[in-house]
Amino acid sequence: MTITIPIAVEFLIIFPFVMAVLMFCIKKASLLRNIIAGLGGFSIMAMAIWVGVQVLSKAGSTKNTYITNAETYDHIIMGGEILLMCIVIFLSIKYKKYYAILLSLIGTIPVLWMDLTGKAITGKSHLRVDYLSAVMILIVGIVGILICIYACGYMKDYHNHHVEVEDRSNYFLALLFVFIGAMFGLISSDNLGWVYFFWEITSVCSFLLIGYTRTEEAVNNSFRALWMNLLGGCGVGFGLMYCNMQLGIANLSQLTQIIPRTNMLVMIPVTLFAFAALTKSAQFPFSRWLLGAMVAPTPSSALLHSATMVKIGVYMLIRLSPMLAGTFTGIMITVIGGFTFFAASLLAITVSDGKKVLAYSTISNLGLITACAGTGTTEGVWAATMLILFHAVSKSLLFQTVGDIENCMHSRDIEDMHGLIIKLPRLAFIMIIGICGMFMAPFGMLVSKWAALKSFVDSNSVWLVLFLVFGSGSTLFYWAKWLGKICTVIHQSYELEDITPRSEMISLFPLTVMIIVMCFAFPWMSNNMIQPVLNEAFYKKIPNVIGGSDVVIMMIMVAMIFIIPIGSRILSIGKKSKMTMSYVAGVNAGDDRHYIDSFGKSRPLYMSNWYMTEYFGEDKLLAPCIVISAIIVIIMLIIVIGGSI
Amino acid sequence: MAMTFCKVLLYILLAPILGGLMEGIDRVVSARMQGRQGPPLMQPFYDVYKLLAKQTTVVNSIQILFVIAYLIFTVFTGALFFGGGDMLLVFFALSMSEVMMVLAAYSTNGPYSALGANRELLQMMCYEPMILLVAIGFYEAGGSFMVNDLVNVESPAVFKIPGMLIGFLFILTIKFRKSPFDMSTSHHAHQEMVKGLTSDISGSNLALYEIAEWYDEVLMMGIVAMFFITKNPISIVVAIVCCIIFYLMETLIDNIFPRVKYIVMLVSSWVVILVTAGTNLLILSVIN
Amino acid sequence: MKISKSPWVLHYDGSSCNGCDIEVLATMTPLYDVERFGIINTGNPKHADILLLTGGINAQTAPVVRQLYNQMPDPKVVIACGICSCDGGIFKDCYNILGGSDKVVPVDVYVPGCAVRPEALIDGVVKALAILEEKRVKVKESMKQGYCTVDYSKIAVRMKAEDYDPTTQYDAVLTEEALREQAEVKIAQTNKPAPKPAAPAAANAQPAAPKKDEGGNA
Repeated sequence: MTITIPIAVEFLIIFPFVMAVLMFCIKKASLLRNIIAGLGGFSIMAMAIWVGVQVLSKAGSTKNTYITNAETYDHIIMGGEILLMCIVIFLSIKYKKYYAILLSLIGTIPVLWMDLTGKAITGKSHLRVDYLSAVMILIVGIVGILICIYACGYMKDYHNHHVEVEDRSNYFLALLFVFIGAMFGLISSDNLGWVYFFWEITSVCSFLLIGYTRTEEAVNNSFRALWMNLLGGCGVGFGLMYCNMQLGIANLSQLTQIIPRTNMLVMIPVTLFAFAALTKSAQFPFSRWLLGAMVAPTPSSALLHSATMVKIGVYMLIRLSPMLAGTFTGIMITVIGGFTFFAASLLAITVSDGKKVLAYSTISNLGLITACAGTGTTEGVWAATMLILFHAVSKSLLFQTVGDIENCMHSRDIEDMHGLIIKLPRLAFIMIIGICGMFMAPFGMLVSKWAALKSFVDSNSVWLVLFLVFGSGSTLFYWAKWLGKICTVIHQSYELEDITPRSEMISLFPLTVMIIVMCFAFPWMSNNMIQPVLNEAFYKKIPNVIGGSDVVIMMIMVAMIFIIPIGSRILSIGKKSKMTMSYVAGVNAGDDRHYIDSFGKSRPLYMSNWYMTEYFGEDKLLAPCIVISAIIVIIMLIIVIGGSI
Repeated sequence: MAMTFCKVLLYILLAPILGGLMEGIDRVVSARMQGRQGPPLMQPFYDVYKLLAKQTTVVNSIQILFVIAYLIFTVFTGALFFGGGDMLLVFFALSMSEVMMVLAAYSTNGPYSALGANRELLQMMCYEPMILLVAIGFYEAGGSFMVNDLVNVESPAVFKIPGMLIGFLFILTIKFRKSPFDMSTSHHAHQEMVKGLTSDISGSNLALYEIAEWYDEVLMMGIVAMFFITKNPISIVVAIVCCIIFYLMETLIDNIFPRVKYIVMLVSSWVVILVTAGTNLLILSVIN
Repeated sequence: MKISKSPWVLHYDGSSCNGCDIEVLATMTPLYDVERFGIINTGNPKHADILLLTGGINAQTAPVVRQLYNQMPDPKVVIACGICSCDGGIFKDCYNILGGSDKVVPVDVYVPGCAVRPEALIDGVVKALAILEEKRVKVKESMKQGYCTVDYSKIAVRMKAEDYDPTTQYDAVLTEEALREQAEVKIAQTNKPAPKPAAPAAANAQPAAPKKDEGGNA
């Protein structure tokens, strides 16, 4: 039997669920579990890469697949929706959070009613594997699976340290695989009903993952994530119903082919989907669920923040992007995105918890992606897709490294990472590459940011330009000070025991290598991955977004990154330098960590970073940001929906 | 191609001389403003020569790497600019070189260096928006991000983006480490935080840092000149005269203002950027 | 070009009555304007060439002076400013005063006066510049011999008042010197031509005869 792309995609969707069942059955952390997870994970990854390569290498091969036995699948999906609703209702009653029930019912019941009464339209296709899907499949297949493999090793260490948490790691791993399956489903389905189903799976899965430890904080945060995502789910649900019952559209691809100017009503579902995307990708005012998601063990944060959950929202926006160009919804989405980018990067300055900084940085970068997609220009979509790629890899690497550092040092506070380059050199180097990937010049994020700036200027959105320039100033601040903490060299410091197991390194090394390779391969990626996405999204041939000479300069910069260490090594061979202690006003007490006070006693000396909490503290900035953006969202919904009606 | 190569080579060779002279002039003029004779014009060169001749003490071995990286990236940034490259890329490379210097200070683990590094980062946060806005302003005015195209315009950019020029001159005070914003290296008040960023850098490393600063100054003045240069060769003379005036103005500001607190710097620079450059951008986009 | 065209100064107050310190700062003011000679008050030993010491040095300041001296890169000179710094002055017999800067670090130029006059101080600095130039030649030669490749990071300058012992008052300086000697022995063993000139600090090891003739204006 020859494998065709639709079959491969079906495998990608169904097999993770099978893996989840297997994982759930193996209760204890053991070699067997690691082997099964590894084998299953790598086979999923291999299949994802195969699909990606197949699609990307064949020009113009958008595959819309009509599945003949869709009836069965539709029944399964309906059953699944009811199951999800039951889970939410059960847990809501258990933890006495009744508002979640309401949102779940509002979202699910009408959709079920529509399906059961036969008002739903049978579309032309169910699955669609185009370039954007292929890029997303590659991200989920590689980054997501690496996180799952990392989780096998991590959870063992986690339960060694956190004895108070009940060991349900089989349940945790199973959820991760369910998540991956739902992701594959979402990015390759074209039928809006299916999109809605997978959307709800990810919402409920993230809710269960966040609540894993069952502490009070975890439960509260998980319910916060649940209600926000269910609200978004309601948006998708209503949009789906409107499409089916008013517009007679059942597929996403049909929706995006309509030119908004000819039919203003089409903006209603588009706005609803965009609203749902805002909740999923944790834009203000819905950011707090992502911040709360940190309470869960690191793999789930890595999965939610980098490759999967939050990327659904921006994936949706990129799909809708050509329709958003020049519309009121588009303007509002870009304003929210730009505002989120700026505000979240200011907030990231004020926190010292490593994972929290990463969370704010995720929100901030997603804001940028949202803003790019909202402009609806070609450069915007180019930048958004590039940002998704680079962000997924860098961020998952950073989350995993912070998790490992936490396991080694029992702290994930940035202040405790002082001198990490001496204490845990291997992890520190990985971390440095990850951080550089997030903001330094030749690495992808910055290059994409540069394209984003161009697209904002071209689309004449002044406010967005201002948000972006001020936001990048603060982005620089929080990343550079973290980098500085890691690079500090402390005298007479000693190396800590690096207990990172090999299974975690299997995940860390490929990601590190990927960041560096992507840095070199970036012109190639632009031509062969992103450019086709643009052609497809705008239904015409788009001229190359990045010019030739810029690529040359960028390549020189990349080369310099590697030449500098070697060059300065050569330069410092002939140099005779004397080692001294750092200057502490002449009162060092033998090393650079102690000084002698006026009583002749030696005291520890420590310089903390600046957090400027008195100016941009969470307690000062977070509430106003949420209020402002909530007002923007409400205005958007009222004007678009009210205006169209 | 050969032309570009010549320009870059000329920059690499001449910028340190020009930068050193600029600093010498600054010191002499400052001294005269304070009613004293001041050092010889060539003093910055004497200083760097001496530093190169001295023994180098280091706190750790990666410090050297970061300082060298700072120099290389600064030279690269300037070469990119004078070679006629993309303005946005120039500024991204510039911020990268600054980060290298900050890391050099962080790596020493000295209290004064760490303080200087934090303040330097804050300074970067203050001027980074303006620097990016300047690139965007040139794009709006001249229709291109490439320096080569921007110097071949009909009318000088300053007619279209005067607000950008004011904002840029404001942040130039931060960039040149002049009072009231000499936060991170403590240009005048040596006692408060010693030499901040460069406290633990000595000997030839400090000389490299000084040379990098010269390159940086020339680059900054080059950007100021961009506001005036057009197709017409006479405009180059105008640009040079304007550069001299603005440079002396920075010296004057340096001498008449006391240093401010860091939060005053942050708020004032952001407000100035928003008011001047932001308004300018808004007007431009409305006109376009 | 001479390196003495840009002498950067570090000033340390080793328990003086502040008279000399005021004069030292007065030297930096527009009236005397030492920046004419390229002199800058750096306040940082790592940038400094000349160490200006005032006051008779007590047990508490001795380790600090030593550490500052050690953190200054070669070539470096030390100027004792004022009579207290030269030999203790009127505080010489105080229980806590060691009696002059040369009890802790090798001093090159002695500038007397109570308090030291700015003119005398400038004169002293100019004298010091000649010594700086001499030392620079020595450093260059000893650098060629490779003594600077020694790892000095192990020198711990950790002293408390009770640790102070007049017999080992040069300990920090001598430790460094001992390392240099070791390095020279090592070089000799590798059959390289024997280092002719002594390392610079070795020349300062005997500050026995203070050159009181400096600073004639006082």
